[in-house]
Amino acid sequence: MTTTKSKTVYTPGFTDGTEFRIPTFKLLKQDGSLYKGGKAPDIDKEKALRIYHAMVTTRVLDERMLAAQRQGRLSFYMQCTGEEAAIIGSTAALDDADMIMAQYREQGSLAYRGFTIDEFMNQLFGNEKDYGKGRQMPVHYGSSKLNYMTISSPLATQIPQATGYAYGQKMAGDGHCTTVYFGEGAASEGDFHAGLNMAAVHRVPAIFFCRNNGYAISTPAVEQYAADGIAPRGVGYKMDTIRVDGNDILAVYQATEAARKLAVEENRPVLIEAMTYRLAAHSSSDDPSGYRSKDEEAVWREKDPILRMYNWLAAKKWWSASEEKKLQERLRREVLDTMKRAQKLPPPPLETLVTDVYDEVPPLLQAQFEKLKAHIRKYPDEYPKSAAHVQGGA
Amino acid sequence: MAKMNMLQAINEALDMAMAANDKVLCFGEDVGVFGGVFRATSNLQHKYGEDRCFNTPLVEQGIIGFANGLAAQGSVPVAEIQFADYIFPAFDQIVNEAAKFRYRSGNLFNVGNLTIRAPYGGGIAGGLYHSQSPEAYFAHTPGLKIVVPRNPHQAKGLLLASINDPNPTLFFEPKRLYRASTGEVPEGEYQLPIGEAEVLKEGTDVTVLGWGAQMEVIDKAVEMAEKEGFSCEVIDLRTILPWDVETIAESVLKTGRLVITHEAPLTGGFAGEIAATIQERCFLYLESPIARVTGMDTPFPLVLEKEHFPNHLKVFEAIRESVEF
Repeated sequence: MTTTKSKTVYTPGFTDGTEFRIPTFKLLKQDGSLYKGGKAPDIDKEKALRIYHAMVTTRVLDERMLAAQRQGRLSFYMQCTGEEAAIIGSTAALDDADMIMAQYREQGSLAYRGFTIDEFMNQLFGNEKDYGKGRQMPVHYGSSKLNYMTISSPLATQIPQATGYAYGQKMAGDGHCTTVYFGEGAASEGDFHAGLNMAAVHRVPAIFFCRNNGYAISTPAVEQYAADGIAPRGVGYKMDTIRVDGNDILAVYQATEAARKLAVEENRPVLIEAMTYRLAAHSSSDDPSGYRSKDEEAVWREKDPILRMYNWLAAKKWWSASEEKKLQERLRREVLDTMKRAQKLPPPPLETLVTDVYDEVPPLLQAQFEKLKAHIRKYPDEYPKSAAHVQGGA
Repeated sequence: MAKMNMLQAINEALDMAMAANDKVLCFGEDVGVFGGVFRATSNLQHKYGEDRCFNTPLVEQGIIGFANGLAAQGSVPVAEIQFADYIFPAFDQIVNEAAKFRYRSGNLFNVGNLTIRAPYGGGIAGGLYHSQSPEAYFAHTPGLKIVVPRNPHQAKGLLLASINDPNPTLFFEPKRLYRASTGEVPEGEYQLPIGEAEVLKEGTDVTVLGWGAQMEVIDKAVEMAEKEGFSCEVIDLRTILPWDVETIAESVLKTGRLVITHEAPLTGGFAGEIAATIQERCFLYLESPIARVTGMDTPFPLVLEKEHFPNHLKVFEAIRESVEF
């Protein structure tokens, strides 16, 4: 049984969708004023400042940690710079108990939900207090108490998982949804198509949030897809879809707030495409000068999402230059002090090499572990991180 | 006890799991109203509703991605992949996601509730793409459990154990035996141990080891061998990962000889892993080289399936060669 409701025609006509254009929703101009006809979402001062603090925290953290990586204190880092409004604006429109499945550049979501600088640092340095027990590269954060699924490096795998997670939320009837973040590059993966189609078919409370930041490492969006962005794909799956200015905190917030309502109240999944720009390199291992111009970057620096929000807050007299200076100084100091502390903490104990593979260590793996310990006892100077853990054992 | 075939036993296990826990969900291609192409999920949608037993779109990576999300959320997904030959689009979701979910999060999150069912194996004129035995690909992935039942009684008890096991579990069903294998199955809920091989018959001359549909082949071969006067110890490995080294090693220390058989190709097959471990453990006790009777290093054929297949004659010859070495 086919399900098309199309009318019949008698000459062969093709369509490539060019006549169908999805507009971009904007509210806030760079100078902090609203576009004509735009109405700001209902955000009170407390919430506005919570959002803004998370944005500045993320920016300061990113600047300091990239510098730390350059100094050789950290193996790797990824910045969120330029995308703070897209990430934090959307997270702020969710309930804090909603699940977030991020790609890897969404530390702003954690900052908004209250992940402490200590918690960031413990993961970045993989010390004994890292929730992930030092097993993953820097920025692979996770927090069960903040409903933020641990990051996985393979791209887009989190998308069909979000569909499944949201299906479970629907079955539980707990009134929550799942928001999944990914880039326009990851949207080329098969898992994107699998996850969105299944979400539409099974009607789950999920928000698919695409950060279209223009680049997948060095590959520009024009070499990633031929269509008008990612948004038309949502329509292809009969999914409620919206495109939004990703550097516009108010538009992102309002779009996500409306999307959440559709998801939670009507089990209608939503695709949001946030148009933004990755102002920083892909990661500390990348050098954008090899594939894009300083002029292009300068155009987007003019559209800085944090400055745009600052201008809005300042116009409302909710924030001032002196408060800004104090906040930045406090955050810089906190990041530096915390980094020094986190760096000094010992690595996770040796047994974390074999725990959590299964709920219990199977006999064959236990035997491998005993063999390793005997080896380390023989060459303790070669294994300074763990030699202390194997002394005195049989 | 009731006499039933393997499909009925699997269906009964799913039915009981769904009745016992409303978080158990069964889904996959054609598993809804139709009950699956082999009918393993018959009547489950009728009994438990479309929300708990349903068709998915035709996308294996999506099915397992979806199942991973459900399991992380606290639901108990039992996902069906229609044929094990079609599990490969989901390889990433299984080996990079399901298997590493607990480890990479430091146990903040896990998908231990996940069970993946897939019919595997040849002997049904299925050619390249309805005959494969892919267990060795997954056996190379720490974090997974892999279980293969040999008969209806085992299928019900091992499937219930897989669904209840707190680790992601692949449950490969020998489809050649779906209707061919019948036997007495206990009523009510019971679980058989995962990670434990079972000694089915004690013997003194040679240990013959297999799993799943090969156990039937082994039975025939051993019957021939015993007529020749060879005393065979028969073991069903049952769990491929993590596998029961002790039971196999203990047997080989006694018999001094080991014949391993599986349908999958020789090179990189799981028999190689067993042989390597057992020669380490039993080196001074071995009376003959460890023998492997497997599919050939070819794609699975169609018309010449019988020639390709590691049948009872080939297993019998391997037993004879091992004992007479």
